Amino acid sequence: MTEETLLPHIDEVNAPFWEGCREGVLRVQQCPATGRLMFPPRPVNSWTPGMPAVWTELSGRGRIWSVIEPHPPLMLNFTGLAPYNAIVVEVEEDPTIRIPGNLVAGAGAAINSVAYDDIAIGAAVEVVFEQMTREISLPRWVLRDA
Amino acid sequence: MKDATAIAGIGQTAFGKQLPESELELACQAVLRALEDAGIERSEVDGLASFTQESNSEVELARNLGLSDICYFSQVGYGGGAGPGVIGNLAMAVATGQCNVGVAWRSRKRASGAVRRPWSKSGSALLEEIAVNYTRPFGIIRPVDEIALLARRYMHEYGATREHFANVALAQRAYANNNPDAMMHAKPMTREDYMAARWIARPLCLFDNCLETDGALAAVIVRADRARDCRHKPVYVHAFAQGFHAQHQTMQNFFCDDPLRGPSWVAARRLYQQSDIQPADIDVAQIYDAFTPLIPLSLEGFGFCARGEGAAFTENGNLQPGGALPTNTSGGGLSEAYVHGFNLLTEGVRQLRGSAHNQVDGAATCLVTGGEGVPTGAVILRN
Repeated sequence: MTEETLLPHIDEVNAPFWEGCREGVLRVQQCPATGRLMFPPRPVNSWTPGMPAVWTELSGRGRIWSVIEPHPPLMLNFTGLAPYNAIVVEVEEDPTIRIPGNLVAGAGAAINSVAYDDIAIGAAVEVVFEQMTREISLPRWVLRDA
Repeated sequence: MKDATAIAGIGQTAFGKQLPESELELACQAVLRALEDAGIERSEVDGLASFTQESNSEVELARNLGLSDICYFSQVGYGGGAGPGVIGNLAMAVATGQCNVGVAWRSRKRASGAVRRPWSKSGSALLEEIAVNYTRPFGIIRPVDEIALLARRYMHEYGATREHFANVALAQRAYANNNPDAMMHAKPMTREDYMAARWIARPLCLFDNCLETDGALAAVIVRADRARDCRHKPVYVHAFAQGFHAQHQTMQNFFCDDPLRGPSWVAARRLYQQSDIQPADIDVAQIYDAFTPLIPLSLEGFGFCARGEGAAFTENGNLQPGGALPTNTSGGGLSEAYVHGFNLLTEGVRQLRGSAHNQVDGAATCLVTGGEGVPTGAVILRN
């Protein structure tokens, strides 16, 4: 099991999301007619299906909606990091848009750099990015002064 | 379709780890035993139904069992959500005359071989699953990780604790200890054992997870009048429904407006619309239990308590013998066997025949559900 197999698969539908991550911004799709946001990315605008969705930039701020601490058995490249945290973040613009990730002590810090017991649901966070390959940067999250 | 069909026969293999038979041999064993139980010749079978995740095709099953002409075959998707859909769709086919003797089955060898940990697959099959792009890179890899995220949120919103999840695990273990067919038959568990177990995906520990089981089960469905001539008291398929909600994402039900109001709520609404039997009338429940938190979530969805009260419902022995709602009385997926919930259906049939190892006195109605967190289904059975 190579590390690459767990990295996202970029296709023509989701490319703007991952391009945004490379550029240091979170982007999600939006229905131009209703203003509603969509995540994960999709080929059809769910809220006005005849009208193409547009990509909109988020502030990168949100709150922790949930948190877990995975332990083995895990795939090899995560076994060495376990126990680590994984979180789901509800974004500031629309709390029903939730983005999974990890809470880290700072940009570039490992996904086991903040202990599960120190992570509170509802805590204010903001996005940072970690470059994994030339093409892929992953969004991570750091605590922010509320 | 109300009471138009009945489950006339059930069959199962041994449950264990690394059984010597292949998945196909196990499937054939279970089907033959279900037909024997019903007293129906295999030449009469003309309908077959199973899960999309079943690795044996209808064709291989029919060839190996020497079945005759097959006129109806169908599969239902979404793993642990599929079981009641398999039964319900087959019951509809029998009720409408598409077939006369329908056989549903599920065979699984999970404890060995390539399918042991399906979440560890990679490559093109995975890339088709759009949403894993937004979970796996962050180490949210296994079904338990996905359900743990819902469970942790549930604990936060409603004050549920590990004690509540332990109530589920311990109630089911006690049932299994009294069920000689259960993998956990001779393995008692205490609350201290539960609390000391290793973490798998905190807040969930080892005993919040279902077993890994090799085994197969089958059921035979015929029209109600035919069932009355079979060997056992008929168990009627009284009501059936499937469901998933707007913006549902299978196993990753956090990309929607209200993740803790899951597919069970949708299936339940339609189920009770079709049913003379309502939650207060249900004597015994078999609720899909790949993970302990699915029980409180499903208790809420299927109307046994209000939203947020599912954890408290596990208190006071409510799930135990003599409780308000004896639940998963064979031990379920947590402690009898994990065969995608098919053993919940067969236990429901035994309860309504009066032949269960943990018999609920006078049980006349049983709810059998598929998994919360995935497109699901449910049937209400009565005798």
